[in-house]
Amino acid sequence: MMQRLECLRAAYPRVEDSLVVTIMGAVAAELQSLGHRPNFFYLQHTMGLASSTGLGLALCLPQQKVVVFDGDGSVLMNLGGLTTMARYRPRNLVHVVFDNESLLSVGGFPTATSTGSNLEAAARAAGVPQTKTVTTLPDFSAAFDDAMKSNDLSCIVAKVEAVGPKAYVTDLSLLENRFQFRRHIEQKTRKI
Amino acid sequence: MPVSQANSRVVYDALKKCGIGLVSALPETWLVHLIRMAEDDPQMILVRLAKEEEGVGISAGAHFAGVKSAMLMQNHGFLASINGIVSFAQLYRIPLLMLISYRGHFGERDPWQTQGGGATEPLLQALHIPYSFLDDPGKVEKQVAEAQTLAYASLHPVALLLTRQLMWEEPA
Repeated sequence: MMQRLECLRAAYPRVEDSLVVTIMGAVAAELQSLGHRPNFFYLQHTMGLASSTGLGLALCLPQQKVVVFDGDGSVLMNLGGLTTMARYRPRNLVHVVFDNESLLSVGGFPTATSTGSNLEAAARAAGVPQTKTVTTLPDFSAAFDDAMKSNDLSCIVAKVEAVGPKAYVTDLSLLENRFQFRRHIEQKTRKI
Repeated sequence: MPVSQANSRVVYDALKKCGIGLVSALPETWLVHLIRMAEDDPQMILVRLAKEEEGVGISAGAHFAGVKSAMLMQNHGFLASINGIVSFAQLYRIPLLMLISYRGHFGERDPWQTQGGGATEPLLQALHIPYSFLDDPGKVEKQVAEAQTLAYASLHPVALLLTRQLMWEEPA
């Protein structure tokens, strides 16, 4: 089965010029394990609001590609957010949902996607114009490339194995990350 | 509708004057004129939410992007946003300017608003969120500007309670 870390590794070189927002837990730790960059913000709590943060960024910076690395547990906590995203349809937003059917970091409790709830269908029904479910790395790579090149709101649901890193706390402090991210955008937008 | 259009305009103008470029909102009776004004303003990004807590993320994104924002919500929307306020705005030191309609206080006729009315101020106090009351249209502009100034100096949420005196024209 596809692993989230492989997907992140495939996406990593393609998000150099994007603003990236991740959820907490394995996604944040694994992305950091590939090498932190100042254009990465890890929302280490408030499950559900990574997508809202990405939406706020995308609406305020329409010339800037924004990528959200989300998860099934978080999306399930803010299903309404899918409708808000679709309603404003920022053309510069790519929403990747890693679906491991599990709340992994608290011991692997199964989420509703393990019993058939389909987040790609939910995104599509909410009105997200481009959606795709992928289960293999080549398919993820191709879908991510398409989404990054397309000039429309996209949602990719990547079905991944419920495995993660050994530890979730990293040595990047939350506030350091937050101020660095803000400063990075400030410098970047000044150049535009 | 006895919601004050004139005082809604005063509040909206105050937001404009302090450079607000994005407003997130979930409709409630007292906010209808304010939301329409945002909608009619081509310079304003209006984000209509499904649930108020999303507004914390939207405002954080706007802050990272260098855009000043405000959140329009009912006090029950504030109650629905608590985790976002604590574990995002406070944890990550995000300035939030929250304009909260203070339903369920003296003069309230809707029984369903009354329990949340009683919980609003104790919760603001418990969360150490500075707040004041917008009740006099002559003072609104200064109060909004001062609330925003504090939000940015402290990198913390602040709240302005939209009161019945300001928002409702019918005598209670």
